[in-house]
This record gives sequence, structure tokens and C-alpha cells, in this order.
Amino acid sequence: MIRYALATLLAFVPLSVSAQTDIEEIVTPGGILFWLSQEPSIPIVSMEIVFRGGASLDPEDRPGAVTMMAGLLNEGAGDMDALAYASASEEVAARIGFDVGRDTLSVSASMLREVRGEVTELVRVAIQEPRFDADAIERVRRQLISVTRSNRTDPSEMSGNELFQLAFPNHPYSRPIDGTPPSIAVMTVEDLAAAHRATIVRDRAYISIVGDVSADEAALMVDHVMQGLPQSNTPLPADMADQLSGGVHVVDLPGGQSRVLFGHVGIERDDPDFITAYVMNHILGGGGFTSRLTEEVREKRGLTYGISTFLTSLEHGPLYLGSVASANDTVTEVIDLVRAEWGLMASQGVTEEELSEAKRFLTGAYPLRFDTNSKIADILVGVQEAELGIDYTHRRNDLIEAVTVEDIARIAERMMQPESLTFVVVGQPVGLSDAVDLAN
Amino acid sequence: MTLTSRLTGLMGLILLGTTASAFAQVETHHLDNGLEIVVIPDHRAPVVTNMVWYRIGSADEPAGKSGIAHYLEHLMFKGTDEIPEGQFSQIVAANGGQDNAFTSYDYTGYFQRIAADRLPLVMRMEADRMTDLVITEAVWGPERDVILEERRSRVASNPSAILGEQRSAALYLNHPYGTPIIGWEHEMSSLTRQDALDFYTRFYAPNNAILIVAGDVTLDEVVTLAEEYFGPLASSDSISERIRPQEPIAVAARRLVYEDPRVQQPYVIRSYLAQERNAGAQEDAAALTILAELLGGGATSVLNRALVVDAGIAVSAGAFYNGTSLDRTSFGVYAVPAIGTSLQQVEAAMDASLSEFMQTGVDMEHLERIRTQVRASEIFARDSQEGLARAYGSALTSGLTVEDVQNWPADLDAVTAEDVMRVAAEVMDLRQSVTAELRGTSTPEAPQ
Repeated sequence: MIRYALATLLAFVPLSVSAQTDIEEIVTPGGILFWLSQEPSIPIVSMEIVFRGGASLDPEDRPGAVTMMAGLLNEGAGDMDALAYASASEEVAARIGFDVGRDTLSVSASMLREVRGEVTELVRVAIQEPRFDADAIERVRRQLISVTRSNRTDPSEMSGNELFQLAFPNHPYSRPIDGTPPSIAVMTVEDLAAAHRATIVRDRAYISIVGDVSADEAALMVDHVMQGLPQSNTPLPADMADQLSGGVHVVDLPGGQSRVLFGHVGIERDDPDFITAYVMNHILGGGGFTSRLTEEVREKRGLTYGISTFLTSLEHGPLYLGSVASANDTVTEVIDLVRAEWGLMASQGVTEEELSEAKRFLTGAYPLRFDTNSKIADILVGVQEAELGIDYTHRRNDLIEAVTVEDIARIAERMMQPESLTFVVVGQPVGLSDAVDLAN
Repeated sequence: MTLTSRLTGLMGLILLGTTASAFAQVETHHLDNGLEIVVIPDHRAPVVTNMVWYRIGSADEPAGKSGIAHYLEHLMFKGTDEIPEGQFSQIVAANGGQDNAFTSYDYTGYFQRIAADRLPLVMRMEADRMTDLVITEAVWGPERDVILEERRSRVASNPSAILGEQRSAALYLNHPYGTPIIGWEHEMSSLTRQDALDFYTRFYAPNNAILIVAGDVTLDEVVTLAEEYFGPLASSDSISERIRPQEPIAVAARRLVYEDPRVQQPYVIRSYLAQERNAGAQEDAAALTILAELLGGGATSVLNRALVVDAGIAVSAGAFYNGTSLDRTSFGVYAVPAIGTSLQQVEAAMDASLSEFMQTGVDMEHLERIRTQVRASEIFARDSQEGLARAYGSALTSGLTVEDVQNWPADLDAVTAEDVMRVAAEVMDLRQSVTAELRGTSTPEAPQ
């Protein structure tokens, strides 16, 4: 079943692990590596599998193929048609979900310990033996056409699509994850089978298990799900420098408010200065109620309900993005304020006091992300995917503590480029004209 | 791309997800000034969720002041006689904590998630703003602009939300649930600092509040801290029983059509007035919850099978019910047509499917699968201390007791096929309903 998801952008999720969370790296008898965190106090188990690739593996003329394929994984598998599969899931209260992003396809399963064998088998048949029955294809096609039509007037979807087209022309990132009504309309069973073969592969998977299982029990689960999957045969897309060069792009949509997505080039996750940039972003716009942008745009002037900035975790072209909505007649003022704050950070960096407050929050909030098994499972695959190492959990706060105002001044001067900051405005803004491209 | 902002707790489609666990070792206490205390221990990690819930929501607002409960919620972060202006969230953040708040029809809640050793700090801050809020001339104007922007983001930018407001207004002929939580724009734009202070003075007091602490704490620790910080606060004599205008017997089915040029996917949705959970008597609400699951809770539900799988004329169809409500709530069904199917056709098919259900009755295997999921959700619920705290908070501010919350899974488990058919026959009375259509239009006009 297709979820009505609006996940256009992968916001960077900060990775950290509570000192209390013990993580083991295990290689199964079948030779598959995964991370395990045992938590025996509740008889439940969460399993998270992330396959690199995701929607970036859509063929150029078939955007939405991976999303549609993922929507069909629980619509008939093995010897079960869609209803039989759904009944079997309900009988064991399985919670199995599939999600597609620009770079990943993720499988999330939560289950009671006592039925982990049954649920693991349901996950296995879904990812290894999806049937792609004709009636299920037509059902999911109808759903996805509905979603993609709705996306055409959804302010967040519209701004995301426009910005990614500007940033990555002709790259897979420029194409909508959900596809378009025409691309979904022509999708064939062969397209879906090809998307399945390209994305769900053994050598691009990151796996974690959290909950009430022993290492041996968890290894059995992993082998059961993963053994039999093929190796990858489709190359991942090339890296691409983004093409955002400044200016304001207006996309018309009736209504009283404009939705703005803005940004320019970001920073690679494996850049030595990534953590510095992360702390800088927290102070500028990542820190919710405490950020500079919230103070200037919301608290002092009441121009928005929310403004935030974030470093995206895109694998082939990192971006530094921000999002805000404001009434059509005040959005110009908001854009000016964002530009001014961008310039201020570039030229002056942050104060000792701001840095010390940011550190206290970022290190103190450290354990708060570990409050459910499934969130911990998410984090463990994220740490693996970013190749931060199993000891990242113990190093993370030290990395944050080591950041100095001089480090931030250096990264701010390098990263913050007010002249390249590109704004996509969806709405009917007053006083803005389209495509004011400073570079041209 | 989540907006980190004070949230209006709009009613969601929470069905089985609200189940709290009977396994959780919940403990309670009362202070002499009337403050109720609920502690939900969870020692897996050294963190706590500290919540203060007020038994006051948008349905308790004076006429003409819609949105004041939510506006006050925003202003509660501005500062007190001890906390400098604009520093509330800053102090929480500088201690490694996160804070937020939410407003609904029946409650207003504030919370912090923070390391367990910082509990004294945040409890002291909550106690401080319970009676010593300061709203200066400088802050109330911009904050009113913020809630107007919030309304634009949540409602005016979303045709489905616009229709939702109209549906509630039509369903409730007399009860304030017909007024949006966030307020009507024309009334919000004239709210003042004095309106907020009047509402605050009248309703914010220890005897109108519940302190809920979940996480790495014990009842003794919480009571000791609560005595110290909340204990000195005087109870208020302006807190009275919450008696709102009740619904008359409706005699006319209502129909609405909302057209908006932004709508790409039309749908039809119907709400019926429905019984809510009541203290010591939540059997009917339990049966309605199971009914909603049978009709529209998942892939094998009656409406999904009939309209989406078998006939293929809908892309989605389902049912919804949330029984946690102080006064009468609603039960609903909806269908989203596929291309080539009209709203009239999909509504007729939905009604035919409901009629068939009323004649053939409950599929016992389906009921058994739902019971399995209810039992499982009780165990899954223990994984989230914040979720458990919310289940208790919303119930206790909706006229229920801790015992009702703990009995809820058993009440759901005890629902029989006969119970389901009885409440189905009662609730699906068109005279007590609103059927609404969301449609696109070619005219390039939209409300501001």
C-alpha cells in the first residue's frame, strides 16, 4: 500500500548513541554483517534494513519505479495474494513498513518476540518474492497516480521538486521520488521487476536489530531475510556538484501564504569539518526555538510559524537547505532577513556564548534520541551507512566539544555563500518576480 | 523537514495506537492544593519526560475569543517573574532538553524531555509559569502574528483542513467542538494580551492541572520535588465543573461541498456524532473503536476490501473514531475515488458496503485478528514513555481516571460481535451526520 508520504527531502538526522546503548557488530553464519543492541526489558524486537540506491536508481524515463515497486512489496508475496499477506501480518500483529528516499530504500519491522520467526518470514517473502500480481499493480498504480496528482499542488512537494531540478539538472536527484502521473501510468511489470532487482541487493544493505533477542537469535533472523538476495548489478549514480547559483524562483499557487525552500551547496558527511558545520547550523537555523533565524523571523517579527535549516545527507551532492512559510505580503522581508543572517554568519561566525549553549544542548540531548527500540534501530543503520564506525557512539560528544569559534568562523567563511543562496517560492508573493537569477 | 514549533494538537486518526499498557507500573498522588500527579517509571535510559496538562482547551473558551487557549499556550513560553523574557526554551535547551506544547479541545499540555538529573529544574520552571507568567507589551503582538501564520500554514494552505473546519462546524449544532482549536481567523486577529491574561488567571491553577512524569524516576522522587515547587501554589476557587453547551437531537442530515482550485484528488467523508469514553463506562466506546477497525482499520477491512481491492473504484477508504473526548465525539467513514469514478459513485458504493456489513455482520476471524493486534499494541506501547504519558494525559483531561486507562485494553478485548453491531446500528444515523465532498474547481480563486 502506498503511504501518502511527503518526504521530498532527506533532512540530516544527527547521529549519536547513548553511552548506555551497547552495540555489538555480528557476522552471521551466512556471512552477513549487522549491528545488534539487546534490550530485554520489553518482549519486542525491531529490525531495520537500509538498501543504498533508492529512487536514485529509477531509470531516466521511469521516475517513481522504485517507489511503486516498494508499494507492491506487501501487496502479494510468495504463495500469498495481497489479502492473504495482509491477513497473515495481522494474525501476528506484524508492523512492517517500506520507505523510499532519494538514496535509500528502507525496511522497518517491529514484532513481538514470540512471533519473530513468523514476522521474519513475512519480511523475507516481501523483499525476496514479491508477486507483482496484475490486480495489485493496477491498485497501486491508481494510488500512486492519486499521490502524484496531489503532489502537483502541494507546496512542500512543489518547492522540493523545483529546487532539486535547479540543483541537479539531468541527475536522478532532479526527478520526483514518487514519479509523475504519466510515468506511473506507463509502468510495466518488467519495469517493477527491474527496479526490484536493482535496489534490493545483498551487498548494499545495512542492518540493525534492537530488542529482546540474543545474538544467535538475531543472526538467524538476518540470515533468513538476507540469504538468497542477489549482488548488485546496477551502478549508483555519479556524484554531481549542485548548480544553485542564486536568485529567486517563483512557482504560482493560489492561497494566502508562500512556502519557501532555499539553499546552496552543503558539506559531505565525511568532510573533517562536518561536525563543525553541524554545530554552526544548529546556531543559525537547526536549533528550533533557540536558533538565530527563529529569533529574527518568528520571535521578534512574527513573520512565520516556523523556520529551519538543515544539512542534507544526500550521497551524491550535499546541500545546505532551509524552509520557511510566510504570508504573501511578508515573504520578501523574510527572504531579506535570511540573506542578512547568511551574510552575518559568513563574516562574523558565532560568539563563545552561542557556541557553549549549542554544545550544552547537543551533548545533553544526546540520550533523548534513544527512547524507543525502533528509533535506536534507525540510528544504528544510520551510523553504519555514514561509515562512522561502531565507536562513534563514544566519540560523538567529544567531537562536538572540540569545536571552537575559530573552527566555525573558518567553515562559515567556506560554506556560507549569500550570493549563491537560491530561493524557490511557491505561492503568490508580493514584490517578487520570477527567476531573478543573479548569475545570469 | 519538520517544523519545530509549538504544536496545535489537532485530532488525529488514532485508533489502537492510544492503548496504554496495563503492564506499566503507573503510580499516582495528590497534593493538598489539588495538583494530580501520575508517574510512569521507565528505567531503560536516564531520561525523563516532564508534562503539565491543564484541564482547559479550546472548547472552554469564552464566546468570541476563539483561539485564546492556543494563543496563551504560545505566550506561556515568553517568561515569568523569574525567567527572563524569551529564555524559557533557551534554558531548557542549554540543559540539553527539548520542550514543546500542544492545545486541543479538552486540554493544553506542556512538556520537556531532558536528562533525569535536570528534572528539578524543569519542574521548577513549570511551577513558576503556572502562576507567575509575564506577558510584556513587546511580545504579544508578534506572537499573535505567529499564530495567524500558523493558521495559514495549517489550514489556509490545505484544502482538506479547510473542509475539516467546515465539517466540524456543521456537525456540532451547539457544542464548542464546532469551533476550530486554532480559532477563526477574524477572532484570532483581535485577541489581546488582556484576553490571554484573563484566560490564564481563571484557568491555570494547581487544582486544574495534572503533572505527569515518565522515565527514570520513582513516585517518591517526583512527589518530593512536586511538594517543593508546586506545593506552595494556592489552589484557585474559580475552577468549576466543565459544563459546555450540549448537542440537541439533530433531525436533518447535513451535506457540504467545498471546492478549491488546489484540489487534485477529491474525496467524500462522513462524520456521525458518537458516544465518547466515560469514566467507568467505556464499553460502547470500546465497541466503536473495534467497529472502526473492522470497517476501515487496514488492508483487510470491510471498506478497503470492497472499494479498493474488489471493485477497484477507490484509492483509499476507511473509518475513524477517537473516543478520548470530554463530550460527544464523532465516528467517520471516507472514500477517495480513483480516476474515472465520481464522488457520487464512490459514496454509493461506500453506503452499499456499510449496508452489507449491517446485514452480514462481523467476520469472526477478522475480529480475532483485531484482538491480536490490540493485545500486541499494549506491549508495543511500553516502548514509548512519551506515548504512554500522552495516553494518560489526554484521558485524564477528558474526564477519565487512571483506572479507565488501565481497563481500556481489557475493555477492547471484551468487545463481542453483538456489541459491535449494536453500536454500529446506533451510530450510523444519517440525521446525526455530516457528509462532505472535497472537489477541485477550474476557477482560480482561493480563500486567503
